Amino acid sequence: MAHAYTPGLKVMPCTRLTKKRLLPIPGKVMAAMDQQVDSLDIVAQTELPGKVFSVNVANRLSVGPAEIEAFMVKKEGDFVKKGEIIAENKPFLKWFQNSVDSPVEGTVETVSFVTGQVLLREPPKILPIKAYIKGKVVEVTPDFGVTVEAEGTFIQGIFGIGGETNGEIAIAVGSPDEDLDPEDIKENHKGKIVIGGKHASLATIKRAIELGVHAIVVGGIHDRDLRQLLGYDIGVAVTGSENIGITILVTEGFGLIPMADYTFKLLSSRNGEVASVSGATQIRAGVMRPEIIIPGFPKNVTECKRDQGRGWIEPGDPIRIIREPHFGVIGIVKSLPPELTVIGSESHARVLEVTLDGGEVIVVPRANIEVLEK
Amino acid sequence: MSKKDLEIIIATDCGSTTTKAILIEKKGDTYRQTFRGEAPTTVEAPFEDVTKGVLNSITEVEELSGRKILDGEKIITPNSGNTGADIYVSTSSAGGGLQMMVAGAVKAMTGESAQRCALGAGAIVMDVLASNDGRADHEKIERIRQLRPDMMLLSGGTDGGTITHVVELAQFLKAADPKPRLGAAYKLPVIYAGNNKAHAQIKEILGDRTALIITENLRPTLERENLMPARHKIHDIFLEHVMQQAPGYPRLMKMVGAPIMPTPAAVGTMTEKFAKANNFNVLAVDIGGATTDVFSVFSGVFNRTVSANLGMSYSISNVMAEAGLANILRWLPFDVEEQDLRNRLKNKMIRPTTIPQTVDDLQIEHAVAREALRLAFEQHKSLAVGLKGVQQERSISDAFEQTSSGASLINVMKLDYVIGSGGILAHSPRRTQSMMMMIDAYQPEGITRMAVDSIFMMPHLGVLAQISEKAALDVFYNDCLVRLGTCLAPKGMAKDGQLILEWDAVGSDGKRQTGELRFGDILHVPMNSPKARLVAKPAKGFDMGAGPGNRVDAEIEGGVVGLVLDGRGRPFALSKEPGKRLDNLNKWYKAMGMYPV
Repeated sequence: MAHAYTPGLKVMPCTRLTKKRLLPIPGKVMAAMDQQVDSLDIVAQTELPGKVFSVNVANRLSVGPAEIEAFMVKKEGDFVKKGEIIAENKPFLKWFQNSVDSPVEGTVETVSFVTGQVLLREPPKILPIKAYIKGKVVEVTPDFGVTVEAEGTFIQGIFGIGGETNGEIAIAVGSPDEDLDPEDIKENHKGKIVIGGKHASLATIKRAIELGVHAIVVGGIHDRDLRQLLGYDIGVAVTGSENIGITILVTEGFGLIPMADYTFKLLSSRNGEVASVSGATQIRAGVMRPEIIIPGFPKNVTECKRDQGRGWIEPGDPIRIIREPHFGVIGIVKSLPPELTVIGSESHARVLEVTLDGGEVIVVPRANIEVLEK
Repeated sequence: MSKKDLEIIIATDCGSTTTKAILIEKKGDTYRQTFRGEAPTTVEAPFEDVTKGVLNSITEVEELSGRKILDGEKIITPNSGNTGADIYVSTSSAGGGLQMMVAGAVKAMTGESAQRCALGAGAIVMDVLASNDGRADHEKIERIRQLRPDMMLLSGGTDGGTITHVVELAQFLKAADPKPRLGAAYKLPVIYAGNNKAHAQIKEILGDRTALIITENLRPTLERENLMPARHKIHDIFLEHVMQQAPGYPRLMKMVGAPIMPTPAAVGTMTEKFAKANNFNVLAVDIGGATTDVFSVFSGVFNRTVSANLGMSYSISNVMAEAGLANILRWLPFDVEEQDLRNRLKNKMIRPTTIPQTVDDLQIEHAVAREALRLAFEQHKSLAVGLKGVQQERSISDAFEQTSSGASLINVMKLDYVIGSGGILAHSPRRTQSMMMMIDAYQPEGITRMAVDSIFMMPHLGVLAQISEKAALDVFYNDCLVRLGTCLAPKGMAKDGQLILEWDAVGSDGKRQTGELRFGDILHVPMNSPKARLVAKPAKGFDMGAGPGNRVDAEIEGGVVGLVLDGRGRPFALSKEPGKRLDNLNKWYKAMGMYPV
């Protein structure tokens, strides 16, 4: 049977998944093997070295770099408070006295007699890593962190902004093709993951931020709104560190696109339950998509499957078209002709035939579809 | 094995998504590329071994050619009958290529020299630090901490000069304590190529914290750049440190018969060989999904730049951000809503492997490509310059010609050859589309030959050129280049419809074609003959390379497109009046037969 490899986004009622929760530099692991952890538990933490500031003592005291040794009040390794004197001259007349204060609190890192520069380092900052998902520690990486395993509903979006958060799932629209309007966001949505349908406008997102909503999940947003929200154009899709007071997860793409019915129904089946959400997206090397993880089973599911993406597509598979002129349309693969076909742009491409809802059959390049993985 | 014994060569290029293998065979006295295969690159999980993709691509070559090249996971050498190859060579840009940070005392002098040095070695330069780069000291240290380069190149000061600035940079580097991108347990390799008087201090500051390598100063005097010693060190470290940490590369290094080169370094080598062999000024471009590399050889001086975030898929949205929507919209012969265009480009960014299905969608991608090519060329022109800070003696006559040091080496009137590669140029449905995208982006003046590297073979040939220049050049001329033709673009401005050029071309097949070019028009003249003699007589005020109004006799090339006579004038600017702009675009695209009607 003909089949073709086409990666897709995962929308799974229940799967077993693991998350590595590692520090960027060595630190202390705070959770033990086999320990049950909650999403907000800290599993590892480290001290990030503080910022470094430089002070050119030689210039400030109007002496040569090699001469500053005689004027240093503090030496390498000494602790200093902000405003404390680190060097001063000792003139015959007090009137000519000149001193150099520390611009920050920290320690004296180096004193250079070549440049006359003193480097001061701020105290280290604590960097904690949370478990992110509720589950069990199945691996401990000494000095770096743990791997947490959980069973739950797993939904990938196509694009997101904002970091990791969590909250109760709150369905705010009646169907996947309804817009999520500002008035759909209520005061009791504070701290929740609000699920919309087709589209969230800038006004909706701003209202959600005002009311303290933790995340919005919606089919599409306009790029122009995103630009206004962030104040800049996203050039390459590496996101997750935006600090706008909310996490946004887009399931389908940019524009007005109803959320896939299956995704909406699945989220609706978990309404009121606590989910972990991340907006982090990275399209290059080591692809990362935004995600929603809801621990536990939906009511109608009795068995949790291992995450085993099939990796190819066959006739009968449901797919989503991801490029104009049929962007966002969902259909069923009818056939996969093996030969190259001339498409509308005159390119020669591998194609597939797709049966749409009304029975119409259209031809689409294989590159322009993604399989709806369930 | 001596070079003359090379008969069968297998070469691969391990790209970030695809590994491409080609087979080269000696037929009589000439080397020809005969078969090719490709397979997904396997650097990332779940495989994490680059050799799997290499072996898969070579297996495809085996299947197509009927030649047995592999014995299990080994390449059979030498060739015997229908078995084996005499040598296997490879390039690599997988896993993000070679990523470097460079530092110099003064941004426009040693900073720029260090940047040229790293770029020429095939690196992506993540940042250029300099004492006078406008950032506060703590910002510089933060920046060093944030980035995780594969290695760092530290330069600064001329030999024997002041050491203060370069010592200061070394202290910042030590305070930041940067970690290499691959292999967290390893020390970051730092190449020091600055003032030789500072060696002792640099060793004292960085000797313990980093894997320090000291080499000759890349700017020993203000008047001289000496990039090769530092460039060789970059290549050594690329092989010894970076490649050793990348998944599967230690095994790949044992398979090859010549050192693995970073892909851009190999393309640069091939560009230089081609320019030198023909005494041409050459511009070569590789426009990919994420980055655009530009290479040039002008008056024998090689330069390379990489625009890390200008590309046609992953970086397509950044092209919009940098060029501005208006600059993309200006190339479209139809109206499109700004919101629609924004959403389309973002959707391509998040689903980078999709392809245009309709002509409108194709034209939008072509509009973006023009801007990506143009911006990358602008960046190239600003770095491919003479040395800045050089003392110049001026006479009274020079006072009227205010040339400064650091002028760009790129002169589009003196440009002989443009080579385009990358999906959008190599695989456009019509070759006229590729040629017009390059003409619009580069606006060549006078006489410029153009070609595309249809299957991006230049990396393979660049690494092969280290072993056999003849084999590399044979394949380059016969199989790699798809000759598009020649662009004739008189420099000057006039009123629409005014006669600006009379021309006469006689092909090597004896076929003669003549005509006139009027201002505001584009003429497309099919001409397949590989060589032709051209006589061009520009009107008064128009220049074809011999000065305004002067006749030019030149050798040109025909190709799959032929001659393109571009009468839009130079400097070329699209009409600001929307109706006229649309009319002109439709007229030009129709004249070139660019899109289905």
